[in-house]
Amino acid sequence: MRVVVQEAPFDFGKEAQDFASGHSNMGAIVTFTGVVRDADKGGMDRMVIEHYPGMTQKALETIAEEAVSRWNLGDALVIHRHGELRQGDMIMMVATAARHRVDAFEAAEFLMDYLKSRAPFWKKEYTADGAEWVAAKDADEDALSRW
Amino acid sequence: MDVLYFAWVRERIGIPKEKVETTAKTVAELVEELKAREERYAVAFSDLSALRVAVDQELTDFDASIEGVREVAFFPPMTGG
Repeated sequence: MRVVVQEAPFDFGKEAQDFASGHSNMGAIVTFTGVVRDADKGGMDRMVIEHYPGMTQKALETIAEEAVSRWNLGDALVIHRHGELRQGDMIMMVATAARHRVDAFEAAEFLMDYLKSRAPFWKKEYTADGAEWVAAKDADEDALSRW
Repeated sequence: MDVLYFAWVRERIGIPKEKVETTAKTVAELVEELKAREERYAVAFSDLSALRVAVDQELTDFDASIEGVREVAFFPPMTGG
């Protein structure tokens, strides 16, 4: 299991390749990548992601450990960025490795659902009109109930 | 203890972190003390349903004990992923 919190960009292709080649007897590798899109009202210049340095790494590790304990996973990877990002930049990725694809897919979805509302990150969008904190969506909180 | 603020809570209170001497036993009591200090705290803490709290870097709720803890953090619902 590997959890990385960093400001710098990551190389998705290399991370996915390294993760996939690091395991034998894993029949399924699932990866998910989150990419910065425009603000809902359009015209976004940049996004800044604030985080809670002392807590972020531990919170992500706790979520990843839970995924590994609940599904039959060989491994899990979480990379999440903070700082300034622009449209099209990759914000984060998760990868899961399992013998069978159902475990890999479900655990990746679980990781995503928990990262959204249980990892201490806050997004702020900057447009020509000023800056606004992104509001948490009720749907994201509701998504946790299925697990 | 250290009290930390993030995102719009930090902006409304105007500082990211401060040392607080308190006799409060729970997060809720600490919030009441802070609200009584100055208007900017009263504004930031006016709607607790819009806030989340972590005690010693673990998410918890406003009834949680803060006796002997090192760090309490207040912030809006998280928007990771």
